[in-house]
Amino acid sequence: MVEIGVGSVGIVVIVSCFLGAVVTVQTAYQLTTPLISKSIIGSIAANSIILELAPTVTVLILAGKIGSKIASELGTMRISEQIDALEIMGVHSSAYLVLPKILASTLMIPLLVIISAFLSIYSGMWVGEFTGAVSKEDFMTGAIQYWIPFMANFALIKATTFGFIISSVSSYYGYYTEGGALEVGRSATRAVVVCCVLILLFDYILAQLLL
Amino acid sequence: MIEVKDLNKSFGAKQILKGISATFEAGKCNLIIGASGSGKTVLMKSIVGLIPVNSGHIVYNNDTDFINIDDAGRKELRKQIGMLFQGSALFDSMSVEKNVIFPLNMFTNLTYKEKMNRVNECLERVNLKDVNKLLPNELSGGMKKRVGIARAIVMNPKYLFCDEPNSGLDPQTSIVIDKLIKDITDEYKITTIVNTHDMNSVMEIGDYVLFLYKGEKYWEGHRKEIMNATNQQLNDFIFAGKFFREIKEQNTKRLSDEKNK
Repeated sequence: MVEIGVGSVGIVVIVSCFLGAVVTVQTAYQLTTPLISKSIIGSIAANSIILELAPTVTVLILAGKIGSKIASELGTMRISEQIDALEIMGVHSSAYLVLPKILASTLMIPLLVIISAFLSIYSGMWVGEFTGAVSKEDFMTGAIQYWIPFMANFALIKATTFGFIISSVSSYYGYYTEGGALEVGRSATRAVVVCCVLILLFDYILAQLLL
Repeated sequence: MIEVKDLNKSFGAKQILKGISATFEAGKCNLIIGASGSGKTVLMKSIVGLIPVNSGHIVYNNDTDFINIDDAGRKELRKQIGMLFQGSALFDSMSVEKNVIFPLNMFTNLTYKEKMNRVNECLERVNLKDVNKLLPNELSGGMKKRVGIARAIVMNPKYLFCDEPNSGLDPQTSIVIDKLIKDITDEYKITTIVNTHDMNSVMEIGDYVLFLYKGEKYWEGHRKEIMNATNQQLNDFIFAGKFFREIKEQNTKRLSDEKNK
């Protein structure tokens, strides 16, 4: 949990701050007409962040970090016979090694997504203020005015699903690695690619089913 | 005692083990020897159940067929098995102490003090001191092997498997490891099976020697009989090195001199 959760806070903070800033600036760039209230910028930015950017874009980046870590860790354990050593001792290696990773990832990724959403919104709000695109008050007015509570639930459902996908897919590729160091690298790459594709696929499926 | 009966194993179209039958005697140091690619590791991993076989039987202690055993029985039997892997297979993220204590944590209800006593006892038995807190990457090859042996014997196993215990070690350290395996086998009355292609090991510790050639059993017997064996493949294997060739020539010369007298 510490490795997957706390270890990923740094990258989440960096990505989220820039995501929020870019969304605000780009939304403001497109809404140039004086007929539309400036608070709409806050609404669009906050909704985009909560619905899509925090749960999906952040998780895609986490898939690269956590997915490759899990796959390469298990792959190395496999080729260095550490998994065989566990089996010989009578330990159910997949339950011992994989289950905690799935639990940690499924619990910690939603927390990281919550952090990401807050940071993105706040960075968007401050960047709007500094650049003069939208004031803090207008930004927050828009964000609150068009707030639908189900969006938070939806984001958490997505984050939990994606957390499970990242840990289970990368564990599978790592656990069944065969060969040497080259194959460990291949397993890690494959795990990340498959995770990303599945995340995007389930992003669509969940949106279609739940919205 | 471990009995292997008509063991066959294929990977795709390639047959690795061809009807191997052997009896590994209890309380003895049993050696599986053969050139690289002869099927030694596959045989050993099949015996411990890490590689499923195509056909045959592996009978532990005259009553348990490892092939037809259920999961619970397999798990129980594995608690009686200790194994030293070729690359030691120590858990990278754990210190020496944690590696050795691991099986005790998983399968015993001993207190921490009792477990630590057992860990220290095993580490002392393999002549390792003041390394408890070191990580595997801070150890030399020989030390890793010794920690691997300590971990393998910590549960007081009935069976000890060693896959190429001397690979990557210098000759002196190899002798130390061989002696350790032999002493532990005698001391704890363990049935030990060692995979090796090191002839020094064969001559030092081999109570029973099984020679594999291209997945087939070509010869079996005691180490004392091995120098006079007539099997061509075995002779090619043993006398590949100059040292053993010279011993063979000296033996032949001595026998012929004695005959002439």
